[in-house]
Amino acid sequence: MIWWILRRLGQMLIVLFGVVSLAFLLVYAVPADPASTLAGPNASAATIASIHAQLGLDNPLWQQYFGFIGRLLTGDLGTSYVLRETPVFGRIVAALPTTLMVAVGGILWQIILGVPAGIFAAYRRGSWVDRLITFLSLIGLSAPPFWLGLLLIYYFAFTWGLFPLNGLGSPVFWYLVLPTFTLGAGGGAWYARMTRTNMIETLDSPFVRMARAKGMPERVILWRHSFRHIAIPLLTMIGLDFGYFLGGVVIVETVFGLNGIGRLAFDAISNLDTPMIVGTVLFAAIFIVVVNFIVDLLYSVIDPRVRLNS
Amino acid sequence: MSALLEVSDLVVDFPTAADGVFHAVDSVSFTVSAGERVGIVGESGSGKSLTSQALMRLVPEPGTVSSGSVLFEGADVMAFSAKKLQKWRGSQTAMVFQDPMSSLNPLMRIGRQITESLQKHLGLSKAESRTRAIELLQRVGIPDAESRLSDFPGAFSGGMRQRVCIAIATACSPKLIIADEPTTALDVTVQAQVLDLLDHMATELNTGVILISHDLGVISSFCDRILVMYAGRIVEEGTAEQIVGDPQHPYTKALLSSILRLSEPIPRRLKPISGAPPLAGQRASGCSFAPRCALAIDACRTLDPALVPASNASPGQRVACGVAAPAAFELADEVTAA
Ligand SMILES: Nc1ncnc2c1ncn2[C@@H]1O[C@H](COP(=O)(O)OP(=O)(O)O)[C@@H](O)[C@H]1O
Ligand code: SF4
Ligand SMILES: [Mg+2]
Repeated sequence: MIWWILRRLGQMLIVLFGVVSLAFLLVYAVPADPASTLAGPNASAATIASIHAQLGLDNPLWQQYFGFIGRLLTGDLGTSYVLRETPVFGRIVAALPTTLMVAVGGILWQIILGVPAGIFAAYRRGSWVDRLITFLSLIGLSAPPFWLGLLLIYYFAFTWGLFPLNGLGSPVFWYLVLPTFTLGAGGGAWYARMTRTNMIETLDSPFVRMARAKGMPERVILWRHSFRHIAIPLLTMIGLDFGYFLGGVVIVETVFGLNGIGRLAFDAISNLDTPMIVGTVLFAAIFIVVVNFIVDLLYSVIDPRVRLNS
Repeated sequence: MSALLEVSDLVVDFPTAADGVFHAVDSVSFTVSAGERVGIVGESGSGKSLTSQALMRLVPEPGTVSSGSVLFEGADVMAFSAKKLQKWRGSQTAMVFQDPMSSLNPLMRIGRQITESLQKHLGLSKAESRTRAIELLQRVGIPDAESRLSDFPGAFSGGMRQRVCIAIATACSPKLIIADEPTTALDVTVQAQVLDLLDHMATELNTGVILISHDLGVISSFCDRILVMYAGRIVEEGTAEQIVGDPQHPYTKALLSSILRLSEPIPRRLKPISGAPPLAGQRASGCSFAPRCALAIDACRTLDPALVPASNASPGQRVACGVAAPAAFELADEVTAA
């Protein structure tokens, strides 16, 4: 167990190092000049040259790279090109809670929308309820998140005034309902379908037949005998979703005017703000790697067949 | 003495692709008395499992029990409410399934899988049911019972798992145990141990047992009475001595000759009965065994033999073959190809 964790931590560091290096090189390879982007279209050649010098953009690649890695090891992600005087690290840490709340909220919506519906459909397979759930989940799967977000804002916030329009305020929960729903609705549909499939497979399995032959009530068969079996694939999906959501978060944060990491990354890419791009990529990677680690730990808690030392 | 279990004219139907129905179990009747061991034998696909599932009301969808009655101590099982059914299953009747690998829940500790029955049916407390579970595991010969309660099924071998299943089945001292191919998935040495154990438990509790197997050798060594099934029907029934000593139906004879070969001095390969049982829903007219039967006469292809007393006048032996017992054809419905 201890060895497994240590080995995983080592692997995580290697992955993060690789991701950061790749991000750095990719940004460098983009054939646009951050200095001219920064200086604006009317800047003189002299201005651009001075920005170059300031940012160290004239140094050879390897020098820039090692300088960057060296600073990174001391916890310094550099300073944003655009938002001068602002350490990248501080900006990201400030934006992190918003993004975390949005992502976790999105996952919660997926579970709330998808899991009960999937279980219900599995129990009533072939019935009109089952078909209705399949139909709704098709809609959910095909609705683009930004479209859904705009629709929700229009009706629930603008027309009916049930929820705040955008941004964050107090209570935070209230402001997060629409963005998280937007993020989770499509996934909820996906969860419903997966849960239905897995639940049907479980209900048809010999151990459920045995539980029935033992006279166990349906409630016990569902929660005690079957739920763990559908929780394992669910856990896999949740782990993947955290990664996937970092993309979805960009859209949702933009639509709902939330200052999270998604927005930070979006702006950084538009401005070729190399330190900020690499910083947000690094945080996204840390996020995914940590979630994967937790998911693997949870596997071993749910499923005795999973051994952590392998 | 009234029977513990009385099954009459049980029919299990499956819908066929062509909007028809297929009788996977067709007019099966038999009884089981307290303490009696009844064997059901027949090739795979003959309807043995469905028969047992039907009398527990566990037929998988889309199958249905379309007619027939099941009386348990005189009570009509088919009319049980869901609640009554739950109370009855596991406490009055219990099942041991073929595959001990998948019948136990891989994600639940063995202990919990035993104690949940004890708590539900006998109302035992956590501590009481735990003590009882340890006794049960000891009784089925699992060493270190106490520490094994917290193991998951993955930590047990196939034979050990089947022992656990027998412990679960006998936990509430049921009056009837149905064991569907309980040894088929196990290797030969373990098979005998598991059968001995089942025998021992059943004797101790005076339990009626229905043992299902495709292996007439297993069935004849264990059972008092044997039902031979073919294509959803009982084609012969009698005591173990009658079935082994003086089989009447050509199918029973064929099953028997395939096991006798094993005891020849130089073992040869088991000679299977040539041909195959009819496919689902493709039952021809007449006797369903006719296409494979060496004794078939013309009448066999039009008349569907009824189950009648055997002509050897052996009491209780019945056979559904018009050649072995002409009465079978006299009582037959004329069946024309549909
Ligand atoms: N789920 C099912 N769907 C359709 N047909 C089935 C199903 N289960 C069983 N049958 C049919 O019923 C017949 C008898 O099955 P079964 O009782 O399992 O046989 P046995 O236990 O004797 O091997 C099979 O040959 C098959 O055609
Ligand atoms: S009735 Fe005819 S076909 Fe059927 S078992 Fe008897 S002899 Fe064979
Ligand atoms: Mg079977």
